[in-house]
Amino acid sequence: MEPDDEAAIASIAAGDRPATEDFVRKHGPWMLSVATRIVRDTHHAEDAVQNAFAKVFDNIGGFDGRSALKTWVHRIVVNESLMLMRKANRSRTVAIDELQPVFDNNGCRIEDRWMTMETPETLLVRSDIRAQVSGKIDLLPDNYRIILVLRDIEELTTQEVSQLLGISEANVKVRLHRARAALKRLLEPLVRGQAV
Amino acid sequence: MSRAAPTLMRRIHGMMFKLPLMITCEAFEDFILAYLEDELSARQRFVFEMHLKLCRECREYLAAYRASLELAKAGGKAPEETLPPVPDDLVKAVLDARNQ
Repeated sequence: MEPDDEAAIASIAAGDRPATEDFVRKHGPWMLSVATRIVRDTHHAEDAVQNAFAKVFDNIGGFDGRSALKTWVHRIVVNESLMLMRKANRSRTVAIDELQPVFDNNGCRIEDRWMTMETPETLLVRSDIRAQVSGKIDLLPDNYRIILVLRDIEELTTQEVSQLLGISEANVKVRLHRARAALKRLLEPLVRGQAV
Repeated sequence: MSRAAPTLMRRIHGMMFKLPLMITCEAFEDFILAYLEDELSARQRFVFEMHLKLCRECREYLAAYRASLELAKAGGKAPEETLPPVPDDLVKAVLDARNQ
């Protein structure tokens, strides 16, 4: 465990308000960012973060340091966000089947030729790219979007996602691949270098 | 604007992919996730990569799939140093709840 974390944990567990406030201001921004990605609603994301902090403070005395403090807090805010996700208002989503790869009767792929392909490094220089990518991810139906967010962006393992969502690892993998394939289609104009 | 491969080429591919150690693009699709996560057996990997060598559509598809995945991973979240601070009313709510 980091020495700073150890000191913060001891102070928070002892009810030290300034130390608690420092902890909230230090970890709050990224926790709110995680919650917003999952819940997609500012109000519910703030509720999720508040609930997560309550869980963290209730259990911090028993934190055993087997994982990094941030990893432990991350799992808690993910869990709280998932609980609130279904309450959030849904914006429009796309039909996932319509974004899957297409094959002919011989099982051969039907794919428009890729004459040019922008690299992610080139695209990430653009100031609007993060908003564009997040906007496309948000178009995926929740049961696919959440798996892509947890696996590819929050970097949880297949096993962790499976446990959090209460579905089999095989199901996580199937949905992840379909979500990625759909996102590829949605991001194609950007990756092909076409103006968006 | 790019164009899909002509039907004749796909028919030739369709016949070729029925040969031993060959798979169709549709079967190839089912192995992509396991390939990227290094979960294929040596034989499955050989068959997958053989298809990749022979099929331009799948090569281009996989390259685009990887590019969009990298873009999602890197662009899906803002760097922490660029995040705005937590709203003061949220900090207050958290601290007040803690002190109750």
